[in-house]
Parts: sequence; C-alpha cells; structure tokens
Amino acid sequence: MLSKREWAWGYLLIAPMALGLAVFYLWPIAQTLYLSFTESGVFGGYTWVGTANFAELLGDEEMLGALGNTLLYAVLVLAGVPLSIVVAALLNVPGLRGLSVYRTLYFLPVVTMPAAVGLTWRYLFNGDFGAINHLLGKVGIDGPYWVGDPDFAIYAIAIVGVWSTIGYNAVLFLAGLQGIPRPYYEAASIDGAGRLRQFFRITLPLLTPTTFFVIVITMINALQVFDLVFLMIDLKSPALSGSRTIVYLFFEKGFVQNQRGLAAAIAVLLLGLILVLTAIQFRLQKKWVHYE
Amino acid sequence: MRIRLPLAGLLALAVLAAGCGSSAEPAADGKVTISYAIWDKNDQAGAEKIIAAFQQANPKVTVKLEITPWEQYWTKLQTAASGGTAPDVFWMNSLNVRMYAKGGVIAPFDDAKAAGLPEAVVDGYRHDGKLYGLPHNVSIPALWYDKKIFDAAGVDYPTAGWTWDDVKAAAKKLTDPAKKQFGILAPMWDQGGFYNTMIQAGGHVLSPDGKKSGFDHPASIQGLEFWTGLIQDKLAPVAEIYTDTDPLQLFQSGKYGMYYGGVWFASTYWANPEIRERIDVAPLPKGPAREAVILLGLANAVSAKSEHPAESAAFAEFVSSEQAQKILSDSGGGALSVRPGTQDGWFKAFPSWKLKETYDASMPHGVPYPATLNTAQWQDVQNKLLAEAWSGKRPVAEVAREIAAQMNEILAKE
Repeated sequence: MLSKREWAWGYLLIAPMALGLAVFYLWPIAQTLYLSFTESGVFGGYTWVGTANFAELLGDEEMLGALGNTLLYAVLVLAGVPLSIVVAALLNVPGLRGLSVYRTLYFLPVVTMPAAVGLTWRYLFNGDFGAINHLLGKVGIDGPYWVGDPDFAIYAIAIVGVWSTIGYNAVLFLAGLQGIPRPYYEAASIDGAGRLRQFFRITLPLLTPTTFFVIVITMINALQVFDLVFLMIDLKSPALSGSRTIVYLFFEKGFVQNQRGLAAAIAVLLLGLILVLTAIQFRLQKKWVHYE
Repeated sequence: MRIRLPLAGLLALAVLAAGCGSSAEPAADGKVTISYAIWDKNDQAGAEKIIAAFQQANPKVTVKLEITPWEQYWTKLQTAASGGTAPDVFWMNSLNVRMYAKGGVIAPFDDAKAAGLPEAVVDGYRHDGKLYGLPHNVSIPALWYDKKIFDAAGVDYPTAGWTWDDVKAAAKKLTDPAKKQFGILAPMWDQGGFYNTMIQAGGHVLSPDGKKSGFDHPASIQGLEFWTGLIQDKLAPVAEIYTDTDPLQLFQSGKYGMYYGGVWFASTYWANPEIRERIDVAPLPKGPAREAVILLGLANAVSAKSEHPAESAAFAEFVSSEQAQKILSDSGGGALSVRPGTQDGWFKAFPSWKLKETYDASMPHGVPYPATLNTAQWQDVQNKLLAEAWSGKRPVAEVAREIAAQMNEILAKE
C-alpha cells in the first residue's frame, strides 16, 4: 500500500505532463465539441445552432470529396508500409557495409521540416521544369502537371507521404526485427528452411505486433494529413478538388472563410472517423497479430 | 507529418497573441507609444522613414512598427481583435474592412480626412456610409510586355489606345509553338485579370448595391471568355502551368509576349538588369464596352479599442498626407503612393519604363475592387468553380451561372 505522501509525490511528478495535456489537448477538445454546435462571430461570440453544422456537412459535396481524397490518401500511404518492412529487413542484414549511412539516409526525411519537404517536391513535380518530368521525358513519357491536375495531385502527395514515412516506419520495424530471438532462425536452418521461407514463416508472423502498431499510427497520421497538401497545392489551384483533405477543408472553413463552428464540426467528424477506424483495427488484430 | 489537434494550436496562438498585446500606458511626461502593424517587408524602409518624419513633428508620440508576414497577418490580427488587443494602427485591405467595421474592431474616420484621394480607392473603405480606412497606396493592373519578342515578330508595342482585338491579334503573331513561345499569359487571376475584363465588357462582379452577383450577366461571361478563349486558341499556355510556376516568374523566362500584371511588379522586375532592358509596361487595353481598371489600395485603420485614439488617427492621417506620400514614392519600393501628384519619385526610380503614362491613363478609369462583408467566402466559390472553366472541363457560361447562384445565396445571408 502506498502512503498518502507517496501518492502526493506521484501526482506532483505527473503534474507538468498532466497539466499540459489538460490545457493543450483536453480543454481544446471540449471546446471544439462545444464549438461544433455553434455558429461563430468573426471576432468571438457564439450562437447555439444545434446539429445544423453536421447536417450541412453530411450533404456537402466538398466534405464528401475531402473524405474520399483523405481515404484514398490513407490507402495509398498504407500501401507503402510493406516497403518499410523490406527496407528494415535489408537494413538488418548482418554485416552490411555502410549500415549507419543507409539508416541515416532513410531516416533523414523524418527529421526534415515538412515545409522544406513540400517545397522541394513541388519543384520536382513541376510540369515544365521539374526533374521528374524531365526524367520521364528521357524514356518517352510526357509527364502530367502533377500538382496542377486534379487527377494526379493526390497521388503526387501520397508519393511524398510514403517517401517521408518510410524511414520512421523502418526504424520501428528494425526494432521489431531485432526483438525476434535468433534461435528460431537457427532451428529453421537446421530443418532446412531457406532465407525466403524463414522471412515468411518466422519474420513476418513475429513482426505482426510491430506491423499492427505501424499500421494504426500510419493510418491516424494519414487521415490528418494537411501540411503536404497545404504546401503543394494553392488555395486557388484547379487541382484542389482532387486533393483537398478533411483537415484542409477544416483550414479553409475555419481560417479562410471564418466559419469556425462548421470547422469545429469537421474536426469532430474526423475525430469520430479516426476512433471508428482504429476501433475496427483493434477488433481485427485478434485475427492476425501473433503475440509470442 | 500531421497537424496535431488543430484547435490546440489555435489556443496556443491565442495565448501567445494575448501575451504579446501592447499595454501602452501613458507615461507621466505625456509621452505615448502607439503600435503600427504592417505585413510587407518591402515597405519597411519607407514606413520607417515616414515614422521618423511623424515623430519629428510629434515629439511626444513614439510609433512602434510591427511586421507580420502576410501568411499570419490576418489570423493574428483577428485573434488580437477578438481579445481586444489589436494594434493601434494597422494595414487594412478592402476585402476585410467591412468585416472589421461591422465587428466594431475599427473606428470610423471623418470623411473629410480622405479629401483629395482617388474616389475609386477611398470608396473601397466605406461601410454603411462611414469611412473606415485612409488609403496610403494603390495597386494598378497593367500590361507588361516583352520587347524582345515583339521586335522579333515585328509587332508594334502596346499603347494606351489598345483594345482586346489588338491583344488577340498581337498574341497570334507572337505565338510560336515550335519555340514553345506564347503570345500572352492567362492565369486565373481576379485583381489583374478577369475582374477588369468582366467590367470592360460591360458586365459587373457585384450589383451596385452589393446584394447580387454579376457573374451571370452575359457581358461578364464575355469578360471571362476573353481569357479562356486565349487558352483554347493556344495563344496562352494551359491553366495547369500557373499552379506550378508563379506567372510573375513565368513572364521573366522570355517565352511569353504579354502579361496582365500590376505596376507594383516594377521593383521586382527592375532588380534584374536583363529583364529591366527587355520589358516595358502599358495601360490595360480597353474592352468592347468601356475602359476599366480595378484599383485596389491599402489603407490604415485605427483600432476602436486604442488607448490613444487621437494620436493613432493623427498618424494614419499623416501616412496619407502629401509629405509622407512623397517619402513613400522616393523610397522606390514596391508600393505606389495613392495621393495624386506624389508619384514622381517612384516613376523616377524606374526611369526607362512607361509607368507615368500607364498611371495617367489608368487612374481616370479606376473601378473599386468588388468586396462585401464576407468577400473571402464568395471568392472561394468563385475560384473553385472558375478553375473548372480555365482547365476547359466545363463551359464558362455554365460555370458563371453556378457561381452567381451560389454567390447570391452567400450575399443574401450577409
């Protein structure tokens, strides 16, 4: 049993974190919930409108478009997860030369500012002067206006999204790989299993807890994508209809058009969407995740 | 790679902004400090000189200059205004002024303070018959052209008498697909582009009382089709190109004969010696119905909650005075002074260009930039839908009628 003194110390020690959480996360969440049922004046002042904001959003073409774009983006970025496993497996090859160089290279995008990433890729994607279309031209392909065409923009953004998350995910997978006990592999080789068979029969199953974690985190991040879209697509861009994500719509409504109640409702819907999708994933994990 | 619970950021911003709010207490010796917020760093030098001149004439007042980049300016101002800590004097544009006036954030000026300033600009700052901003500069759209391309094709340079037909005829002669060279640029741009042509064709963006959209007016549609036509006829590059590269930069590449830009690009273009020799400027060509040039001026507004309203108003008035306007002109920056007769210093900063001719020909035909209470909201609709016309996915007339319908809905709620 802990004494009263010990309890007090415990609370004191978690106080900074707990206060920060309460002030910067919990209170804003409560505020957002409240705001989503109001219509805001430009300079403060709120009127209660009930569920009008939500009713407006559910039939709104833009909201549906943004939802579609966001889900497509999430699927595309999730499709990039196997790449991270491959990268991690390669980085884990014993005795690989220049290992730390590779690790640094793959991790670099993670520690680079999104603004720099977005702007650099925007140059690369430039339809007339960009490096990507220049290279495509060399093999006879007439590249599109990647970030100017609504049919391509979300793919262009997803490419950057995958590129910038590979390193982070690979590090997680690398940790997972190194947690797999060596004797399994030794036993398997004695039984005559080749490298590939070992990978599919030992590595992948024992990596499933990490895979589950990575998929959940990647999906949550993908659903909240904003900075890349904001940096690569202008507010007036014709490609916006094909690349506007939910958080981008939130930004437009809340900060450009001054409809803060509506923006809050978008944020609440997004929160709900993430909760539901994550809950489903936790349900499904029982079927495919192996804990040793 | 995500934005963490957006409202957390908003709250943090509010806390920060509140912490930064000025608390100008009058000191015992009667000295007061007022804050002056602007967004353009290019104007810093001019603003500092104007402040120095004001302080010399008013030794008891100190003006503190605060520069916030455009990207954060309005968010910060709005947050500060909500908390009652807006700067004493700050830059305002005609898109936002009605919102701030109606919200009681800014104080009205006596109408006489704007005497002598061009009406097309001043009118942009009236709300409910009261004046809420004193203009201090003016943005005039103008036709930039590449002399080298004109010379090579043997086409006469644009002059003040040009019409749309002259533009199209010249564009045809200047276009050379083999060299990937186009006669003109046609970005989807309201201020320097389609607002002008809509009005030049005899249409309008807003009805005179500001309650109805003019996008469905046949002449307005004609004004929009001027641009989409140039793209369809391949005299201007496709719409996507402008999203990848700013047209202001595209024009410098020497592949485009003409560009509806603004006189305020002068300082940017002048900085490059090669461009300086190669290009020149002319007034906007006239349309089938009339001559019209959208004038957008920036103004200074005074906070309604200012602790020193008299000093703040005096400073705002000073910035628009002949003395300060001449200082602004002589600094030769991006901004063109708005008070008539004070521009000579600015023209002299770019001696080889026909800026004075452009100014003289444009000012009599000035039309205020269209704005209502929540301009951003219907402009958003306008930009989204027009993009479909510019990219050729939908006919202009159909898109224009849809803009009008949605705009009317928004305007009805104002």
